[in-house]
Order: sequence, then C-alpha cells, then structure tokens
Amino acid sequence: MISRRDFLQVSMAASAMVGASGFGNWARLAAQQKLTQDDLLQFDTYGNVSLIHVTDIHAQLMPIYFREPEINLGVGAAFGQVPHVTGADFRKMYGVADGSPSHYALTYNDFTSLANAYGKVGGLDRVSTVINSIRADRPDALLLDGGDTWHGSYTCYQTEGQDMVNVMNALKPDAMTFHWEFTLGSDRVNEIVEGLPFAALGQNIFDAEWDEPAELFPPYKFFERGGVNIAVIGQAFPYMPIANPGWMFPEYSFGIRDENMQQMVDEVRSKGAECVVVLSHNGFDVDKKMAGRVKGIDVILSGHTHDALPEPVLVGETIVVASGSNGKFVSRVDLDIRDGKMMGFRHKLIPIFSDVITPDPVVTKVIDEQRAPYLDQLTEVIGQTDSLLYRRGNFNGTWDDLICQALIEEREADISMSPGVRWGPSILPGQDITREDIWNVTSMTYGEAYRTEMTGEFIHVIMEDVADNLFNVDPYYQQGGDMVRIGGMGYKIDVSKPQGSRISEMTLLKTGEAIDPSKTYQVAGWASVNEGTEGPQIWDVVESHIRKKGTVHVEPHENVKVTGV
Amino acid sequence: MDFTRRETLALGVGAAALTVLPFRVHAAADEAIAAFTGGADVAEGGVDLTAPEIAENGNTVPVSVDAEGAVSILVLATGNPTPGVATFNFGELAGSQMASTRIRLAGTQDVVAIAKMADGSFAKASSTVKVTIGGCGG
Repeated sequence: MISRRDFLQVSMAASAMVGASGFGNWARLAAQQKLTQDDLLQFDTYGNVSLIHVTDIHAQLMPIYFREPEINLGVGAAFGQVPHVTGADFRKMYGVADGSPSHYALTYNDFTSLANAYGKVGGLDRVSTVINSIRADRPDALLLDGGDTWHGSYTCYQTEGQDMVNVMNALKPDAMTFHWEFTLGSDRVNEIVEGLPFAALGQNIFDAEWDEPAELFPPYKFFERGGVNIAVIGQAFPYMPIANPGWMFPEYSFGIRDENMQQMVDEVRSKGAECVVVLSHNGFDVDKKMAGRVKGIDVILSGHTHDALPEPVLVGETIVVASGSNGKFVSRVDLDIRDGKMMGFRHKLIPIFSDVITPDPVVTKVIDEQRAPYLDQLTEVIGQTDSLLYRRGNFNGTWDDLICQALIEEREADISMSPGVRWGPSILPGQDITREDIWNVTSMTYGEAYRTEMTGEFIHVIMEDVADNLFNVDPYYQQGGDMVRIGGMGYKIDVSKPQGSRISEMTLLKTGEAIDPSKTYQVAGWASVNEGTEGPQIWDVVESHIRKKGTVHVEPHENVKVTGV
Repeated sequence: MDFTRRETLALGVGAAALTVLPFRVHAAADEAIAAFTGGADVAEGGVDLTAPEIAENGNTVPVSVDAEGAVSILVLATGNPTPGVATFNFGELAGSQMASTRIRLAGTQDVVAIAKMADGSFAKASSTVKVTIGGCGG
C-alpha cells in the first residue's frame, strides 16, 4: 500500500511526487442511507490528463453480484503484498470500515447480508454515466479497455461478441487490448478488429510463422490530450495459446516480450511522447515485475487477474492501477504531466453501485437491443439456490463445486475438473437461477464436457502443472488463473514447494481411499484446450443438473488443505 | 460422449512429455560445455539469450542469441536427451554476431548460450523455459 507520506519521499524529476487516492470511506453516509451518485463520482480534477480504465468486463452488460476472493495467496516476493491481501486484512490496510460500502465492494466477508443492503454492482449503462461524468470534467479524457470484453455471457456467445462490440462502441473507447477475445477464433477477431472505430493494441501480438509484429495490432498509438503527447502501448495476455486453445488462433504468437516493450517505450519517447501509458492484460504480479524491468513507463493500467485496488502500487517511477472485473469498477487517473515528466497523479477506484448510479438511457437502449432477441432464453428460471454461489478464490468456490457435482452426476464420473477461471458473477441465497446465470459462469467457445480415463499419476501431473502456473515464485512463469477446481477428490497443497512436490494426499472422496497412481479413474471436465474435444456443452450439463435438483444447496468444503502459506 | 481412442492417446502423449518434471542439467550438457570452453572460466553476461518464459509449443520454441564480438556461440537445451542444439560461428566480416532458430524441448528446462569471444574469453547466459499442459487462464 502507498501512503501519501511514502509518495512524498519519492523524488521524481525536480519535484516531489504527490500522489492521492480518492477512494471514499462512506460508512457514515451509508448508515444514513445517503450514499449518492455525487459521493461516488466526487473528484477534484487534477493536472492536465485524465485516464479512464475499464477491464475484464467479461460481457457483463447488466448489474450483477460479485464476491471478491477470500483466498488469494502470494508466493515469493508477492507474499503479503497486494493484491494478495483479502478480507479484514485488506480493510485494515486501506482503512475501510466494517460494514461500509467499500467493505462490500472490495472484500468477501458478510457478502450476502451486505449484498442485500447495498444491491447489485456494474451494468454498462451505469459505467457509461460514470464515463460521461468524467468527460464532463475533462472532455478529452482517454477511455482505455484492458480486454476480456467480448467473452462471458449468453448473448456474447450467440452473437460472437457483437453485443459487446455494439455496447462498447457506444461508450467510445480510445484503445483496447485483448485476451479471451481470441477464443472467438482468429477469423472472427480479425473481422471485428478491422471494423473497430478505436485502436486495437498489442506490442506482444506477433505473427506466429515469422515471429514478427502482427500487422492488425499496432504496438502503440499516440494521443494529444490536454496539450500532452501521450503514447498508449498495448500488452495483450502473454499466454493465450497455452491457457486457451491455441488451435483457435494459430496465426498468432504472444509472450511477455519485455525486451520489445522496452524498445517500444524508447521508440515512443524518441518520437516525443511526454507520457507513456501501458494498457496491459499481463496480470498484476507480471505487471509489477515488468514495471521494474522496463524503464520509462509512467502508468500501467493492469488487467487479467481481476484485482480491485483502491490505490495504485508504485514500482520505481511507474504507477500500476488495478480496476477489478465484471463491470464492477471504473478507475479514474488524473495526471500532471509537465516537461515530459509525470509530476503527480490523483486516482479513484469508482465502485459501480447499480442502485446508486443512474443508468445512461442511451446505453440502456443499446443494451436492451442486444438482449431483446434472446430475452425468453435468458430469463427462463432453471432452479433456485438457498446458499451463496460464488467462484473467485485460489482453490474452490461454491459455483464450481456445483459445476463439479453436475459433471460427476450427469456424466457418471469418479472425479471432475473445472477450470480455475476468475470470471463469473455470484448468486445470493434465495435467488432464482436463470439460464443467463448459468451461462455467466460457463460461456465459452470450447465448453464441451469431456469424459475420459486418467491414471492417478496423470491426475497428479495435471494438478502439479496447474499449481505451478499459480504458485511459481517468478510471476513471469504464472498464467494468472486460479487452481483447477476438483470434484470427487480431496488433496493437500503446500504452496511453498517447487513443481512436482506441492500436491499430496490425493483422496477419492466417495471411498475415502488414497488415489492410486497406477489405477484408472473416470474423469469428467470441460474447457479442454485440445482440439477435437467431444461432449455436451457444460451449460447444458449444469442446467440439466439444476433442473433435477430444483433447489441447490452448496456449502464451502474443506477438501483442499492448504499449507506453506 | 467419450473421448475417442485417438484423442485419449493424444492426451496421453502430452502427459508423457510432462511426467519428467523440471529437468536436472544433463551430464552431457556439462561435457559439451567443457569441450567448447576447454575448461576455461565462463563469465555471466555479455550474451543476450532471448527465449519465451513459457513455451507456446514445446516442439518449436523460438530462441535467439546475440553476443557482440563473439567468434562462436554454443546453444544447449540442458534437459534434452541430446543437449546440443547448435554452434554458430561468425567470420571476421560478420556484420553482427547474432542468430535465431527454433528448438524442441522435452520439458521445462534451462536453455544455455555460451559465447567464445575474439580474445579467447567465454561468456554465458541461461534462461528457464517452461513447458506446460496449460489451460485455466483467468
């Protein structure tokens, strides 16, 4: 965490750098039921440049509930550092009062009761109101979208991303970078990008065959705003062909490519950039490491790992801003750029309380148009839940436990696996589960639910491999997802160990017996990155399961034992 | 529907490549280094080795080496059954001393480049390349 005092000790250029963060503590106001849009948007315009950052919206057009993680472990240098601080520790770190709106927005505790009190979050028509308000203060503010925008809902799947393209175009972004967009397949991505009215950036998007920068995705774009020459450099998700099916976009190669990033920073500086902004989908820890290796970046707008931080993190002379996910937050960053240097900034992470912020009717209309052809499908009630369904967290969430149970029962498997993705809204106890809700946590272009045989040894290899993608001490070797979710099996994980020795005590829950390395088990799962995977779509499997149950009840379990923290 | 037999086999092959977890430096790699340097001291730095942190495809991993003033650069995949990848020799008229190629890696391991300089000294760079099953990107 950065305190103002810390900033004052940071000498930048000729003057001390003055940083300020405007994340409000509205506890008293809320207690009086007086939390207003004006409170949320209050911001004393500062300096000469404004950046607006949205990221990882995952096609959530409408207000939702979204529970932040309870467990988000950092290893190595990241241990105990944000964003690896949760719950009461997080509130203490930032001085957030218990029961306050900030508590609800940023931490997981008492989620259900606070959700009932404060209501849903997000909705792109509310996001539009916030953007319009910032533009009223600063008409030439830059709106930058960190990607994972054209993925994650029923309508996004059915329209191959067109619903999100139409709504985002109404918000008028200036630039964007990418991750899940590529799972639409390269033909569709190319088709959309060729028609985008804003810049599609990625210094690390390369042609796979020739290992040269891809022509369709320029590395950077210059903007002159407030008399300042600003260069925005894009950084797409580095590990797309590994974390997602590379066969869907074989023409493209990615990687971190921080040596190329340094070249791009040097290039834009030599062309007269007074301010360098990186619009990144690296993930927070990767961005922190990159900020320490690449010199000359003023601001990194960080996405991918879905962290929401009320203050930027300072690395050298670079500020790293994390703006949450699923349309729940918008970050505003005002900069004072003089003589080619960032002299200071003012920042605010604005939570989108859907009941407090008035929707922008222009965007509401666009959203309604996208949903209208599918409304009957979206709103069909499949069942109910009498317990909280959520996903975020390193090891398991109740939504994933439900999906894993559906796989075991519907596919007659011993063990089930569900990918450790970080998107997907929450459902409160007592809520209906609609088809839209199921798609919000399962929608993807490779959702086939496979069933296969695996030996105990192979299951262990998979677990170790995925764990290393999360708990490798070097962030450059992490992929930014959470641990694969397992149904029907318990295990122990020591996050401090190297790959190959983290996972132990794998137990088949239905018999209580240890998993035998040489024995074969029936395993059901979904979201395989292998081409040609066959099976029913996961949303159909889950829908069938919930329909049979009528009302579901899923309590958090203790089947994963975590040590080495 | 179940996996077809062919698909299951494909999955199995992917697994087989990964069951041998982070590779120990092969004795053959040490021998190759000794043969190249004649046992001379090798300094860290002076060679730029560019390789991905995580391979997009372990069967074809792009690597490049660049060492100003080198007469020869040895590239080794230390965890492969046969660690030798290439030795690039540069004549006196070479405009630059850099080369790039694609290599196959049997699993997560260190790729090493050793440059022999014109004055007979040696310089080294090393980079860990991870080969992974993948999946589960957030």
